[in-house]
Amino acid sequence: MLNGIWLGMILIGFVFAAVNGRMNEFTAAVFDGAKSGVTVSFGLISVLVFWLGIMRIAEDADLLKKISRVLGPVVSFLFPDVPKGHPAIGYILSNMSANLLGLGNAATPMGIKAMQELQTLNPDKETATPAMCTLLALNTASITLIPATLIAIRLNYGSADPAAIVGTTLAATAVATLAAIAADRLCRRLTLLRRPPGPPPAIRSGTAAAKGSATLPHSSVKG
Amino acid sequence: MFQLISLISAWAIPVMVTFIPLYAFSRKVPVYESFVEGAKDGFGTAIAIIPHLVGMLVAISVFRASGALDFLMGFVSPLVQSLGIPAEVLPLGLLRPLTGTGSLAYTTDLIRVHGPDSLIGMIASTIQGSTDTTLYVLTVYFGAVGIRNGRYALKVGLFSDVVGFIAAIAVCLLVFG
Repeated sequence: MLNGIWLGMILIGFVFAAVNGRMNEFTAAVFDGAKSGVTVSFGLISVLVFWLGIMRIAEDADLLKKISRVLGPVVSFLFPDVPKGHPAIGYILSNMSANLLGLGNAATPMGIKAMQELQTLNPDKETATPAMCTLLALNTASITLIPATLIAIRLNYGSADPAAIVGTTLAATAVATLAAIAADRLCRRLTLLRRPPGPPPAIRSGTAAAKGSATLPHSSVKG
Repeated sequence: MFQLISLISAWAIPVMVTFIPLYAFSRKVPVYESFVEGAKDGFGTAIAIIPHLVGMLVAISVFRASGALDFLMGFVSPLVQSLGIPAEVLPLGLLRPLTGTGSLAYTTDLIRVHGPDSLIGMIASTIQGSTDTTLYVLTVYFGAVGIRNGRYALKVGLFSDVVGFIAAIAVCLLVFG
């Protein structure tokens, strides 16, 4: 589906650029897009480096394990295939709470770390597991209690009540999140019906990890 | 309630940055070494995302620059206007899942032109705040671990965007309309 969307956007873009006589804009857009891709990734470096450092401290102190033991039941409803006490649960919880508080800078590194931990449970390193899809669904809907950026913009343009949108945003984001969870559940069921589940996820083969396109050192699990 | 939540938001990061190392130190973790060890992974992860983001952002930016997005909007807006929804907010429904900065810029412009407290301003703010940029989240999260086959994740993400978009408009029409 992603292949289709990607090619589709470029192809439709080409046709429209041809009809509208915007070939120069097309070319400029290619390099602008490439540039912003790199800029955004570079912008991620600082937050990723910092938060992964802090989270490693939390992991080494067994803090993540404690959190996942206390709040585990909530997560295991959404992520039934992740074993209890697995470090992924700690990161998923951190990601969810950072999203709730609207801390985008912290949410992304923790979400990526959660993905990397889920990847250690994945028998096929190039195909997403149901747990990964659920994590993604939660993040695309991203429940936020306070849309801080928007409040700031509204304040900037002289709103009488900048925070008036908090309630409506919360309602809309809650509906979107529920829809995401429901759709995720449904798709998970459908794929499970269509083909039997893969081998048990506990296998950690060295070759599979080495073959993945982005071989990232996953963190040590201590204790 | 609002005050409480924004207070928690303001305190969350300073508290974490201070008390996670403090707690670890009390448990005899070599905090600085531990930090550096974990932080090392950050650079590689960010670099691994670059090809994915470049590919995706090029496609989106071409799509916008060619005028295809404008055409699509002009096509759908009369339909929406007949439902009593201000057509100005419609492009957001298309922009929001594709580009976070693009839709934020568009929202800011709507707020500037129509005023933050107008119905359009309210709806735009609510749409912008209620979901995240699906294509970006997908690209970054899957890109970071090298997942190629995302299975149904994109469908679920886009579905929830549509639901969130409709919900945002409906709630705003109910509350502010």
